[in-house]
Parts: sequence; structure tokens; C-alpha cells
Amino acid sequence: MNPMMQLQSYAPVLPEAVLAIGALVMLMGGVGVAQSERSSRIVNGFCVAVLALAAFAVVTMPPGRYELFGGSLVIDDYARFLKLLALSGSGGALILSFNWLMLEKQQKFEYGVLFLLSTLGMLLLISASDLIALYLGLEMMSLPLYVVAASNRENVKSTEAGLKYFVLGALSSGMLLYGASLIYGFTGTVAFPGIAKAAAQGANIGLVFGLVFMFVGFCFKISAVPFHMWTPDVYEGAPTPVTAFFAAAPKVAGIAIFMRATMVAFPGITHEWQQIVVFVSIASMALGAFAAIGQRNIKRLMAYSSIGHMGFALVGLAAGTAEGVQGVLIYMAIYVAMTLGTFACILSMQRDGTFVEDISDLAGAARTSPAMAFFLAMLLFSLAGIPPLAGFFAKFYVFLAAIKAGLYALAVIGVLTSVVGAFYYLSIVKTMYFDAPVQGFARMPGLLALVLGVTGLINLLFFAYPAPLVGAATAAAKSLF
Amino acid sequence: MNWPILSVTTFLPLFGALLVMLLVRGSGALARGTARWIALWTTLVTFAISLIMVWRFDPTSPEFQFVEKQPWLGLASYHMGVDGISLPFVILTTALMPICILASWTAVQKRVKEYMVAFLILETLMVGTFSALDLVLFYLFFEGGLIPMFLIIGVWGGPRRVYASFKFFLYTLLGSVLMLLAIMAMYWEAGTTDIVTLLHHGFPVGLQKWAWFAFFASFAVKMPMWPVHTWLPDAHVEAPTAGSVILAAILLKMGGYGFLRFSLPMFPAASHDFAPLIFTLSVVAIIYTSLVALMQEDVKKLIAYSSVAHMGFVTMGIFALTPQGVAGGIFQMISHGIVSGALFLCVGVVYDRMHTREIAFYGGLVNRMPLYAFVFMVFTLANVGLPGTSGFIGEFLTLIGTFKANNAVAVFATIGVILSAAYALWLYRKMIFGTLKPALVGIKDMGLREAVIFAPLVVLTILFGVAPKPVLDMSAASVAQLIDNYKHSMAALNVPAKDAKTGSGSISMERAEIMPVSAAR
Repeated sequence: MNPMMQLQSYAPVLPEAVLAIGALVMLMGGVGVAQSERSSRIVNGFCVAVLALAAFAVVTMPPGRYELFGGSLVIDDYARFLKLLALSGSGGALILSFNWLMLEKQQKFEYGVLFLLSTLGMLLLISASDLIALYLGLEMMSLPLYVVAASNRENVKSTEAGLKYFVLGALSSGMLLYGASLIYGFTGTVAFPGIAKAAAQGANIGLVFGLVFMFVGFCFKISAVPFHMWTPDVYEGAPTPVTAFFAAAPKVAGIAIFMRATMVAFPGITHEWQQIVVFVSIASMALGAFAAIGQRNIKRLMAYSSIGHMGFALVGLAAGTAEGVQGVLIYMAIYVAMTLGTFACILSMQRDGTFVEDISDLAGAARTSPAMAFFLAMLLFSLAGIPPLAGFFAKFYVFLAAIKAGLYALAVIGVLTSVVGAFYYLSIVKTMYFDAPVQGFARMPGLLALVLGVTGLINLLFFAYPAPLVGAATAAAKSLF
Repeated sequence: MNWPILSVTTFLPLFGALLVMLLVRGSGALARGTARWIALWTTLVTFAISLIMVWRFDPTSPEFQFVEKQPWLGLASYHMGVDGISLPFVILTTALMPICILASWTAVQKRVKEYMVAFLILETLMVGTFSALDLVLFYLFFEGGLIPMFLIIGVWGGPRRVYASFKFFLYTLLGSVLMLLAIMAMYWEAGTTDIVTLLHHGFPVGLQKWAWFAFFASFAVKMPMWPVHTWLPDAHVEAPTAGSVILAAILLKMGGYGFLRFSLPMFPAASHDFAPLIFTLSVVAIIYTSLVALMQEDVKKLIAYSSVAHMGFVTMGIFALTPQGVAGGIFQMISHGIVSGALFLCVGVVYDRMHTREIAFYGGLVNRMPLYAFVFMVFTLANVGLPGTSGFIGEFLTLIGTFKANNAVAVFATIGVILSAAYALWLYRKMIFGTLKPALVGIKDMGLREAVIFAPLVVLTILFGVAPKPVLDMSAASVAQLIDNYKHSMAALNVPAKDAKTGSGSISMERAEIMPVSAAR
């Protein structure tokens, strides 16, 4: 094989290569030139371009299924769908950051580079098809996250958030690693298909133990109950654009590996993992719905909201079918759009040069900033799952799968918690529309308006033309089975 | 000419809403005026188009007409169409919207643009609900209506608007999500969400019962049936006048329409089994809420409770599963849509002048407002069900229909008719007769705009009371088919259907012929 052909066989990992090289170039460039705020801003701008380039590489990749590095990485429709989603989430969050970084005087070129490195980890994680690649991807994703959480060094809360996230994250990684080693010990292989073959002969206790420990790690990454404790504090403490990033991108990668691992490596012991997923799902939906009611800080509220949403997404996983996977994929795509839009609104809650985070600060926003209030209200209705907005379709597909799989109790509890959840979303709408106005916000910066406009329109008009997303998700789900 | 008349009727108001959103800037007098005129013209044109539909509608066919079908979600399609059951509701909606816009002409002065946008979007969603022929599409329209109505109550409502809007929203949502799960179960059972196909699917009896309950949860809340009616008085009292009108006249009818469109034809066995439950709840609603209405001190609350009682007649008639009962239920809903809508408008007239709805505040209005007294009398009597008004036909048909199915229920329900006379006439006497209260000396009678609003409603109330045939004829064929299908599926299950001896649709037609005579006496 000549070197050219060998290089060509690595073409499917081009997006990862773009990110890795891009991150290094930006780092070197940053060290070399970015001594001023303005040049840091330019480096961060280039980081968005790198993400866009990687997304372009994903889109233009020839279709089909590729296995690389001895089966460690699998690139299929499923991976392509989720990679595009993770890249959009990261890119969107990075775009949302610019205004905040400028106003808070936090311009650092490392910020964008860390986004790139974390996103690289996500892409690896999404493609991972053995335990080693899984762990590498997970850590690659997580370590930059700990750093950006604490990136606002002078702020005690931000530092606390970073430390808390790191300690708990390290603990969960340890558990995951322990589970992975148990699975390796009992099956003799780290590759998902090999594990599936061994598991097909029946569940032995060691394998189930390993499975449970791995699930702990996954649940931590997607902040599902009972491993959600870090979420409210980290969401509240971290700089707001970083919170947007946490809410959007790593969840996509976490759900992606959660699904791939359970569907590809453990299809033989569905019964064993299904009950865990059902429990986690119910607990997350219920806690997300009830705990969010009392929140005053909108970032904390979004933390509980995201816990609830992960519960809804897991409803699809619990079904354990192609319909379920399709439902989760649609859910995640719409969830990323809704989250970015909502955070665009939260980041525009700024008056006299300071950012405010209380829900009461939104009072009367329908008068003072009508366009923002309208889009945010629609996003909140959508998060609550009210038709005809996009969020309704997200819930529709996961519950459709649950009903088919016969998980009636899960479905009923799920929709009931969604009614409870509707209450706190409505409370925000009430604050904006029914209450008397307080002082208005500063004019929304162009980039935030752009993100809000795009995500808001996706949210409003999804019902008119749902075919592309649904079709892509169907194809992606098929490639797992 | 082959243009999608139904889609145009449905989405024209949405287009109007977009126009208002894009064209109207600011909140000055000019902007307010523009928003009002655009909304009025949009609703008028929509009404005109829906009349074309009436003209081209073939009442002899029980099939869906003006059908449109486009691929949409994959599992669901954009399938629209109307038959004799849904068309009257579509017309009711399009007819009442211009009236609502006119009724808010001066009453709403703040955020007029948003108000008109909310109403126009609501119209699209309501027309869509009645003409959707796909379950998912239906659910989309049905639930989507919550958002504009929530905002209408919450932004333009009275002092307890926040409580009322939350209660309205969460109550309705809670009922509906269960229906959504049933829709999904039906999809996996039948492989489609197409209503036309599902009407003839024949679900297994076990699934029928669960699905019936899930649909019941949604429609009973929407209707509203006792004991889940408590959101209604709150929502009515706090909503602005036009909001109350829409709520009473159209949103409540979605529950009855749902029973007719889904519960009866798709779950006949369950409907048969659970009819006693519906009868019980209906009778309790008729008597209990009538008694509660007697005790009210707020005009709107009184009318709201009377609405619950009247809806009791509807559910009773529908689940009597006789041609008269079902035809009467539909007629009663249309009649109630006109009458209760008009009653809320009547309240709006004095509320706009005096800004209170307390019954004790008013008295002797006939001395200052003779025209108003007349209009209010017409609707009060129609609400009581006096022969010669549309209210009589509906109650009479539902009672006849129920009597054939279950004597005791009909007897108890008749008590409700007496009670309704008690509270309605009491209200009328308190407000209109007696000595003029000093605070009311300066009150003015209805102006031209208000007369224009009420004129068509008065005409329709009396016209349908004397000649109910147009409405009954429009739905006769569809009702006949509904009952026929019900009997067939019951026969297939070897359960004797309730009404065995009479033929189907002809009865309601005969009644329609007889009615004017009896009314004239």
C-alpha cells in the first residue's frame, strides 16, 4: 500500500483531524500573536471557522460505514448525525460567547482552543466503538470542560464550579473505568461487537456489575438523576456562555456513547439495562420538573430543565429499539436548538454593562424587548413540549417508541411530569408577559440575535417541514442495528 | 375551480396575523386602528370563504368533503376535510371571529397589536382542529390553541388572571397528554393516524377501553364535565369579553366534537360500556352546576356555570347514541355557541361602561337601556330553552334522544331545564328590572357598533329556533352514518345496540320538519 492510499483510508476521520490540527495551530498562533484582547477575539473567531470546517468535512464525507484503527472508531450515519449536532452545539455556544467575553473583559485565546479540544473529544466519543476509545474520548472531552468552567479566575463561583465539576467528574470517570475493566475481565475483549458476542450467552454477574458502573459514568456526563448533583452548581457558577456550551454539546456526545454502548455492546442483556434506564429516566424527569419550580436564578433553572430533558431523551433509549434511537436523535437535535436559543436570550439579559440572571429581571420584557420576549416565550413553550412547536415533536417521537416497546408506565409518568414541567416554563412566560415592566435590557448584540433568530425560526417552523431531520434521524438510527 | 378552500380558510387568519405583526409598528392610535382593521377584514374574508364552503357542501353525502392530503411527517400526513359534523363548527368559528374583533374594538386599548395577532392565530388553530383528518395534526391544532388563549387570559384578563390562565393551561394540558399517548397506541395498533382509516379500523376491545379513557380525560376537561369543570368559571371570569366568547362558544365545543369524531366511532364498544358513566356525570353537571349558578354574585360566573350545565345536555345526548340525541347534541352545541357567546357579549356591554360584573350593582337597566334589555331578554330566554329560540331545539332533541335510551336520566335532566329558568330569569330580573340604581343613571344604551354585533346573533337565535332545518340537514347524513356504524360494530361484537327499532337519519329530519310547528304553538 502506498502512502497516498494509506492516507486516503483515513479520510473518514478528517473532521477530527481538522479539529486537532486547527486547535494546535490556534494555540501556537495565540501564543505567538494574541497578546491583546482584539487578537484573542480574532483567534476565537478562527476557532468558529475551524468548527465550521469540521462540520463541512462531516457533511461532505462519502456515505457508508467505515471502521478505523482496528475497529476502535466507527464512522456511520449515526456518528455523522451526532457529530454534526455536537459541532453545531459547540459552534453556537462559541458564537454566543463573544459578546460576554468582551463585556466581562475575559478575552483569552485559550477559550476557543479549549472549545476545539473538547469538541474533538466529543467527536471521538461519538465514533468510539471500543472501551479504550470510549475512555480516551470521554477524558478528552471532559478535561477542557473543567478548565473552561473555571475560566473566570477572579470569580469565586466560577472557580468553585470548575473544581466541583473536576472532582466529581474524576470520580465518575474512575467508576466508568472500573466498570470497563470489569467488562474486559469478564468478556476478554474491549471491542463493542466482541462484548456483544460474549454477552449474548447470558448475563453473568460480573458483566452486569461492569455495566452498572459504566452507566454511572454515562449518567454523570449527561447529568441524569441520581448523578446530577453537580449540574445546578456548575451551571450557575460557570460563565454563562460556558453554561450554554455545557447544556448543548457534551450532552450530545454523552447520549451518543450511552446509546452506542447499550445498543451495540449489550443488546443481549436488554432486560438488565432497560430497568436501570427506565428508573434513571423517571427519576430525571420527575426531579427536573419538581426541583425547577422553586428556582429564582434562570441558569439554575436551566440546569434542572436540562436534567428533565435528559430524562425525556432516555425514554427513547429505554425502548431499546430503532424507533427509540431515532426518537432520541430527533430529541437531541431539537434540544440543542432550543438550548442555544434560550441561552442567547439569557446572555442578552444585560443592562448598564452588567449581566443579570434572575428570572424576575425578565419582568415585562414583552414591552421592553418584544422580539426577544416573543422568541424566548416560544422557546419556553417548546421546551414544555406544546405543539405545534419543535419541542412537541421531540417528545412525540420518544414517547412513540416507548409505547411501541410497551413501556406504558414510563410513558404515562413521563407525560405527567411534562405537565408539571410546563408550570415553571409558564412562570417565566408569565413574568415576561403578565408582569409590569422593570428597566429594559440593553440592545441585543447582532451575534446573539443571529443565533436566536436561527434557532427560534427552527423552533417555530419545524412543523412545516419536518422531513429532513426525521429522515436523517431514521437513517442514522438504522445504522446502529 | 379547484383551490384548497379548506386550507385557505384555516390559514388565512394566520396570514392576517403575520400582516399585523409585520405591518403594524408602534402603539399609537394609528397602529391600533390598523391592527383592528386588518384583523376585522381578515376574519370577514375568512367568514366569506367559509360560506362558499357551505354553498358547495353536499349535505346528502356522509363522506368527508373538500379533502386535501399531502405527505407531512412520514407517519402522519397533512389531511384535511369536513363532513356534516365538523362543518357547522367551522362556520360557527369563522362567524364568531369578526364579532369578537368588533366586541374588542374599544374595550381593548393596551397592546392591541398582540391582541389581534393572538386572536387570529387562535382562529387558525380552531378551524384546523375541526377540519384535521389526521390524529397528530388534530392534536397539533387542539393543543396549539392553549398558547394564544393562555396569553389572552393572562395579558388582557382581570385581577386574578395569572391564576386563571395557569389553571386553564395546566388542566387542559394534563387531560390532553394522556390522549396523546392513546393516539400513539392507536398508531402502533392500526399503523396509521389517518382518521378516515381509523374510523373503520375496529380496535380490539381491551385497547378501546384504555384509549376511550385517555380521550375522555382530554375531552371531559375541555368540555368541561363535572368534576373537572373548575377551571372554567375562573377562566371565564378573568378572560376579556372576546376571550370568554371564544372560550364558551368554540373551545368548549372541541370536547363535544372530539367525542363525536373519535370516541363514538373509533371506540364503539367502550362508548357503549361507559355510557352510564357519562350519563351520571352529565346529570350531576346539569343539576349541580345549575344549583351553583343560582348562588353566584358575578354575572360571568353565573353564565359560566350555566355553560357547564348546558354542556351536560350535550354529552348526555351524544352518549344516548340515538339519532335524535346525537343530532340534538350537535344542535345544542351550535346553539349554545351563539347564545352563550352572546350572553358574554351582553356582560361585556355593561362591563365596558361600569367596570364591574357584580349582579347586585345592577338594577333597573331597562329604564336607561331598552334596546339592551331586549337583546339580553332574547338570549336569556334562549338560554332557558324557550320554544321559538334555538336553545329549545337542542335541549328538546337531546332529551327525546336520551329518553329512548334511559328514562331516568332524561327525567333528571329535565329538572335542570327548570333550574336554568330559575337562575336565568332571576339574573334578568335583578339586572334589568326593579328600580334604577343611582350609580346607573348616566348609563347609555347600546351604540351602533354594539347593535351591529348583536343583530346577527339575535336573528340566528330566533331563526334556528323556528327553522332548525339548515343545521340539522347539514349534519343529518353524517349523523346517520355515525349511528349506523356504531350499530354495525356493536352487532359484530354481539352486543345489542341501544336504539334498535328506529331507522337512522330520517328521524332527526322528521323532527326537523315537526319542530317549527311545535315551536309556533
